[in-house]
Amino acid sequence: MSVTERLNRPAVTAGAAEAVRPQRKRGGRALLHGFLGLTALAWLLPLLWAFYTSLRPYAETARRGYLSLPGTLNFNNYATAWRDADLPHFYWNTLVITVPALVLTLLLASFVAFGVSRFSFRFNVALLMLFTAGNLLPQQVIITPLYRLYLLIPLPEFISDTGSLFDTYYGIIAIHVAFQMGFCVFVLSNYMRTLPNELTEAAMVDGASVWQQFWRIVMPLTRPALAALATLQFTWIYNDFFWALVLMKSGDRRPITSALNNLEGVFFTNNNLIAAGALLAAVPTLIVFFSLQRQFVSGLTLGANKG
Amino acid sequence: MSVAASANKPRQDRRRRLLTRRDVLTLGLMLGIPTFIHVLLVWGPALSSIALSFTRWDGIGGLDTIEVIGTKNYRDIATIYPPFYPALRHNIYWLLFFIGVATPAGMFMAVLLDKEIRFTRFYQGALFLPVVLSLAIVGFIWQLMYAPEQGLINNVLGRTSQANFIDWLGDPSINLRAVLVAASWRHVGYIMILYLAGLKSVDASLREAAAIDGATEAQTFFRVVFPVLKPINVVILVVTVIESLRAFDIVYVINKGTNGLELLSVLVTNNIIGEASRIGFGSALAVILLIISLGFILYYLFQTFRKEMR
Repeated sequence: MSVTERLNRPAVTAGAAEAVRPQRKRGGRALLHGFLGLTALAWLLPLLWAFYTSLRPYAETARRGYLSLPGTLNFNNYATAWRDADLPHFYWNTLVITVPALVLTLLLASFVAFGVSRFSFRFNVALLMLFTAGNLLPQQVIITPLYRLYLLIPLPEFISDTGSLFDTYYGIIAIHVAFQMGFCVFVLSNYMRTLPNELTEAAMVDGASVWQQFWRIVMPLTRPALAALATLQFTWIYNDFFWALVLMKSGDRRPITSALNNLEGVFFTNNNLIAAGALLAAVPTLIVFFSLQRQFVSGLTLGANKG
Repeated sequence: MSVAASANKPRQDRRRRLLTRRDVLTLGLMLGIPTFIHVLLVWGPALSSIALSFTRWDGIGGLDTIEVIGTKNYRDIATIYPPFYPALRHNIYWLLFFIGVATPAGMFMAVLLDKEIRFTRFYQGALFLPVVLSLAIVGFIWQLMYAPEQGLINNVLGRTSQANFIDWLGDPSINLRAVLVAASWRHVGYIMILYLAGLKSVDASLREAAAIDGATEAQTFFRVVFPVLKPINVVILVVTVIESLRAFDIVYVINKGTNGLELLSVLVTNNIIGEASRIGFGSALAVILLIISLGFILYYLFQTFRKEMR
């Protein structure tokens, strides 16, 4: 099909269809908007309800009931949750775990992706499959031996007071890196394969070392994929609940998502405070939603659409 | 294939000669270190799970106290471990609900949103919002919806008194379904985004051709678009299955995975962090989870890497 044909066709068909049944089409549109609008509202409802609950004083909701018009709305619950659940402390734990895990995951995955996409080794496909499959295993399949392994791997006392990888930030960072690398290797190798071979070949002829090809040529060109993956991986690592629950025993070392488990212990049945605490813990991911949505989505779809 | 391979050969030889010894060392480390970490922490434990599942070990004594007991763990699971069948049933129910309801709903929303009508960005954003949240937070947010006396749902239904409230999360005959609604709240948006990207990649001329031939929208989708999107369909199937088998956080924050919310993932975890550390037994449960997921993982690998393997 020629280019002009392809460009002309949709205009013709769309025009013809509209001319034939404009009435029906408009009715269908209204119905579609109605359906989508209601669905969207239903989807937002749980979050809106949590937000509304979090803004109301406990005493007022206890007196008037939760489904009532507001008398007072303020951010006092947020201040209380922030202080009583010691949220800054858990945010700090999250930061200490997430940033190194994110940087190491992307760096190590880029190494592998570079190797398998720019050089033809016989084991390339096998290696890619190893990483891809590893990332698809349910975490619970590996947790039992991993837990024992963490107790067995020694760390010097001045680094870890348990004397092992268990119950340390290092341990949580290590498993995030090992596990998430699988997805990133898959995505990055697909991306790097689309970069023209001539780029690195020319550099090689000019005497550039493998490291220079990687760091000076391939990595700068991979930036868009890295940005998308960084956003996605930040969200996933931030959202981890399981690793830190099992591989740590000190509650005060856990990152904020795992520490949420204590929220009900701290606030008991005060749903207003629980709502405020849960929403506070969601703030970093909500920032991703409102400001980095495009990156997040392209990270997801890079993984789904093999290049 | 063989022609292409032989054509590539001289080129490869030339490249290899251009690599200095230092380059080879660099490449070896770049591939070796990440592979070592991945194998040590992911595949090593996965394979050890299989080996340990045939043993008894309380983890208190050293590695030399591991006792080989054959298939006893599996026999015990099947015969004298009451939570196993409920957990297996709940996992299968979860899987079927996701495959039969949540995933098709996500695909359907993607098809509607692909039309690019007005406000699409708002509709899409609303569905997508829960995807960035952790399942632990989803659990908390839905507890606020489901709470017997304070929750929105019972308040709207007017059933908040001790005598007549519906205990959505406490009643074992309905709580799994209630949790599935909450989990789907996130899953539908996830699938919608993945599928929407696939739909956008479909060549417009295919649809035009179908429209000219007089196909209805439904026919166009099922006969033309859906088959063309096979690679995405495979991804979506695997994502759905793996998410269903991994489900853990949401039931754990609600009631630690008890009383109608037992799942295989919870049973595995309970055998590590519970009072009794039964490593062989927990591993056997993990192997059952592994076997269920492995079929889908291999199918995915085969579909994805078929071209390269030839």
